[in-house]
Amino acid sequence: MVNQGDMNVLTEEAVWQALDDVKDPEIPVVSLVEMGIVRDVVVDGDTVTVTMTPTFSGCPALRVMEQDITAKMAELGFASVSVQTVLAPPWSSDWITDEAREKLQAFGLAPPMRHNGRIEITFYAPVVCPYCGSEDTAVKNQFGPTLCRAIYYCNHCQQPFEQFKAL
Amino acid sequence: MNEETKTALANKLLAWADDELILGHRDSEWTGHAPILEEDIAFANIAQDEIGHAILWYSMRQELTGETPDELVYFREARAYRNVQFVELPKGDWAVSMLRQYLFDTAEMILLTNLQGSAYTPIAEAAAKMRPEEIYHFRHTSAWMKRLGLGTAESNRRTQAALDYLWRYALQLFVPLPDEAVLVDAGIVPDTAVLLQEWRSKVIPFLQDAGLTIPDNDTPKLTDRSQHTEHLVDLLGEMQMVARLDPQAEW
Repeated sequence: MVNQGDMNVLTEEAVWQALDDVKDPEIPVVSLVEMGIVRDVVVDGDTVTVTMTPTFSGCPALRVMEQDITAKMAELGFASVSVQTVLAPPWSSDWITDEAREKLQAFGLAPPMRHNGRIEITFYAPVVCPYCGSEDTAVKNQFGPTLCRAIYYCNHCQQPFEQFKAL
Repeated sequence: MNEETKTALANKLLAWADDELILGHRDSEWTGHAPILEEDIAFANIAQDEIGHAILWYSMRQELTGETPDELVYFREARAYRNVQFVELPKGDWAVSMLRQYLFDTAEMILLTNLQGSAYTPIAEAAAKMRPEEIYHFRHTSAWMKRLGLGTAESNRRTQAALDYLWRYALQLFVPLPDEAVLVDAGIVPDTAVLLQEWRSKVIPFLQDAGLTIPDNDTPKLTDRSQHTEHLVDLLGEMQMVARLDPQAEW
């Protein structure tokens, strides 16, 4: 348990740890840190600056993420919190950690394959069904219920499922 | 950056932002009306991406002029908008909307690819951010062009009619702004003539392969971005209505 306002806990390490509790508003099983959305943390006394980057540029969850980060930092005991958004380097789904990929899969979202900047190659790779593990799947729509998701169908277990899109 | 360059850049950013915003709004009009649910979802996504891009350009402009995106979007009259008429035309039938999106996506993809080398860092960074998203649009709309052009006699007829109607409007995307030369000289934006040439080399053979005939008139429908149709007035009436009911409201 941390004591609020205790200067000893206001370290960058503590901030990263706390931010790992802030979940993606659209995918509540993974944190903003695991998704690679938090880029940098700078602590100066009781002031903290958190730098984040959007996944898709039109992502409506961006403002919610900002508010959630600000609230978490205030909870930790910071008197002053600044959340900055940067565009460079552009967010890549390659940054999603291995642990987060497993969580996405357990949540029913097929994680995107790593593409090293060449998104096109993901269009020709099999997408594994998060429910039964089959590769006998077909894309139904490259656009889904949010900007970051595509819709697939598993021919093996006959379930529709979503994929986190490669970006 | 001197004042002349700054003003020219603000004008260019406004033109890009307005194109994205108005097209995004037109695309959103398919929500609940597309031929099938998947396409409804797809167009809603594309609309959201384009409006997201508009916000990036408006925000970058705000750094230069102080005008906020909300002020520009909700409280300008049609005559102060700087989008091309191409994007404000009504959504028409499926062929008109899909062909417009294809022609625009191709132009945007070429523009963003070129802008990644801009001498103005915020532009280069934003272009690198937006470009991967356009890959999804481009893939979607090009598949539709083939499907419509090579589908049935009726789908081909309608798509050809859309191409005849939209072609000269689309060419306005490549008309430089009056004060743009200073930006080209500074390496901030590419020469529109280069973009046009690249665009033509992509869309012409592609549409021909899709069974369509390219119109032989290459004169842009118009050159002045301050000229608009009554369609933009109607669009803004709807888009701005709620914001104008209570300009002081906090959202």
